[in-house]
Amino acid sequence: MAKGSVQIVVERCKACGFCVEFCPTHVLALSSAFNAKGYHTPYMVHPEKCSGCDLCGMYCPDFAIFGFKNPDAEARKVQAAPEAKEGTAPPSATEEKEASDAR
Amino acid sequence: MHADPAGVLTGSHFLDGDHACCEGALAAGARFSSGYPITPSTEVVERFAQRVPTVGGVFIQMEDELAASIALQGAVWGGAKAFTVTSGPGFSLMMEHIGYAAMTETPCVFVDVQRGGPSTGLPTLPAQADMMQVRWGSHGDYAVIALCPNSPQECFDLTITAFNMAEKYRCPVFVMLDEVVGHMTEKVVIPPADQIEVEPRRYTKLPPEAFAPYEPDEDLVPDMPRVGEGYNVHVTGLTHDERGYPDMRPAVQDRLVKRLLDKINKNADKIILYEEDQVEGADVVVVSYGITSRVAQRAIDMARDKGVKVGKFRLITAWPFPEKQIAAIAEKVKGLVVPELNLGQMVREVERAVAGKAVVRLVPHAGGSVHKPEDILNAILEVTRG
Amino acid sequence: MAEASVVVPQNPVEQFLRMDRIPHIWCPGCGIGTSVNSFAHALIDAKIDTKHLAIVSGIGCSGRVAGYTKFDSFHTTHGRAIPFATGLKLANPKLNVVVYSGDGDLFAIGGNHLIHAARRNVDLKVICINNLIYAMTGGQTAPTTPGLVTTSTNPYGTYDPSFNLPYLVEAAGAVYVARWTAFHVKQLARAMQEMFAKKGFSFIEVLSPCPTLYQRRNKMGDGLDTMKFYKQASKVRNGAPTSEVALTKSGEIVVGKFVDRERSDYGVLMHDTLADALGEDYVETEACSCQ
Repeated sequence: MAKGSVQIVVERCKACGFCVEFCPTHVLALSSAFNAKGYHTPYMVHPEKCSGCDLCGMYCPDFAIFGFKNPDAEARKVQAAPEAKEGTAPPSATEEKEASDAR
Repeated sequence: MHADPAGVLTGSHFLDGDHACCEGALAAGARFSSGYPITPSTEVVERFAQRVPTVGGVFIQMEDELAASIALQGAVWGGAKAFTVTSGPGFSLMMEHIGYAAMTETPCVFVDVQRGGPSTGLPTLPAQADMMQVRWGSHGDYAVIALCPNSPQECFDLTITAFNMAEKYRCPVFVMLDEVVGHMTEKVVIPPADQIEVEPRRYTKLPPEAFAPYEPDEDLVPDMPRVGEGYNVHVTGLTHDERGYPDMRPAVQDRLVKRLLDKINKNADKIILYEEDQVEGADVVVVSYGITSRVAQRAIDMARDKGVKVGKFRLITAWPFPEKQIAAIAEKVKGLVVPELNLGQMVREVERAVAGKAVVRLVPHAGGSVHKPEDILNAILEVTRG
Repeated sequence: MAEASVVVPQNPVEQFLRMDRIPHIWCPGCGIGTSVNSFAHALIDAKIDTKHLAIVSGIGCSGRVAGYTKFDSFHTTHGRAIPFATGLKLANPKLNVVVYSGDGDLFAIGGNHLIHAARRNVDLKVICINNLIYAMTGGQTAPTTPGLVTTSTNPYGTYDPSFNLPYLVEAAGAVYVARWTAFHVKQLARAMQEMFAKKGFSFIEVLSPCPTLYQRRNKMGDGLDTMKFYKQASKVRNGAPTSEVALTKSGEIVVGKFVDRERSDYGVLMHDTLADALGEDYVETEACSCQ
């Protein structure tokens, strides 16, 4: 999965295009959908290329988008299996890494 | 609470009004002043510059009155009691920031040592021609408190009163000296600090989450937040709601601006100060303030020697104007004589309060010296003769 | 917990915003909001104690920053943010005082105050959003508007020579002078971070689009076109002589850190002089607080 993802507050966007233009891996494009103000808001056209660098967030003048790094894909698998996690076995190397990433 | 002894120069002194005013500010707890030199007020801040480093505070001479009048407000929000002094031309420059203080409800004191005007006028000579300006000088609707000392002793006392009223009502308060009161030297008695009552800043006791910086108390005045303690104060000159956030709706404007007026006008009885003498049974009452009240006293004595029943009413607060008191006097007298060092300013308030029930006789003077007592005496006699 | 769920983090900028006042009034493609992102990241990276941060702004679009940011924030009168900030700082030196305002507010009506505060080296951090125009009031000529562009008060073309802001501020005495554009989000955040570490009058000019008034009236495209222009026309020249960094209508934009020097700030000057003169009689106070 991608290293990162973005969160878009659609109703805040004014379609200035900064995020689309300045994303280093060209993840975003303006969609054909539009928000209540009539602006065509961005969407992830290449989500797999997102690194979570948050350059889009730094450019956005309307605080309508920001990027974040996804937690480790392995750790996500662990989260999906709660029985294993709640067991009495010592924490796996992956869980330890997730815990230290979270800090 | 009592004054901080560090700022109180207890003792019997021989001081001029400007110097006494500075001591009043220090006694009241002023620890910041931003000033700009202008005759005849400069001595107030010159003395403050000399005194405050040994009391604990800051004086800064700013680059102009525009800067001086707003820097002191920054200092107020930083936690200090602060003031500035000026005269006519500087007073005019300060008008925008007087409005800002009124709108943001910033407690502060402005001292105007009035001189001949308009424009550069008579820099070293007296007038009382800023009296309407102090009330109406900034744009928009707002109310102020203005005090008129008539002696160096009163320059000391009323400056303390000014600071106390500023804190209580969260508004700009004015001490309206004139060049003669400012430069006359008389005995000034400064009592011990524990005999001087000083109004503390009305800081809120509420925590940040519960506090709205422009939500008024029962006295129509909001408590103040402390800066640097997580209140995330927002102060703006834009019309604002109780959170301090800009809000352009007419209903919000109505609520806010009316309260700015009401907090002074509805509390007027607690604010108004005056001095009366032999008003009961008088045929004529002389209404005066500042240095003119000293000359008027002479004229009143001369008239009484001639058997005229003349009373004295001295405005100590010019604003809010004691209209009830003047209206009550108007019911009973033939007339009121209003000498002032201008061509007719406070007399308009007298006329308004009198509402035609008695004669109102202005004794004008364009400024540059004080009245001759004879001019006031002649006016008293004219009114008596009817 | 039966299903996997990713905890989505908050936009780190939002902690510094009065979210009850968002959305803001700035136009699509305006660079002010972008500069606020850099500011927020600088605060995070520099680990600034925002409880003791105060923002003071003047009047104009850039002046609205005070109203949207969640610190002790002061929206003052036109041109007078700097003297207000001076009083605030001198009365309460432990506050970190930032002035966030626009080119017209700081250099036209506020010009006198700016040069005196720089001369005094008052410990203020000044962020000047330069959109080359008076935006809020509808697009009038500013002291920074380049020659031969159209504004609402120069409908036939500007002929007022314009200020070179870094040159002026350096000459007045600032200890830190930099220019970046709204395109340079990372460098701007770094410069702001450097500025926080600096004692004395520090100044960053942030060139920003004003698509609605400046660019549109001059057929220069929209905000994005302007940002691309900034990217293409900017040359980083750290340490360049400020006399050589003037802006023109469509010429090279010199960006970078131009001045970083040491001078005692005003608080230190005042303290040292008074302490020398008065010795034991000098009463130092941490702040001029009443009560």
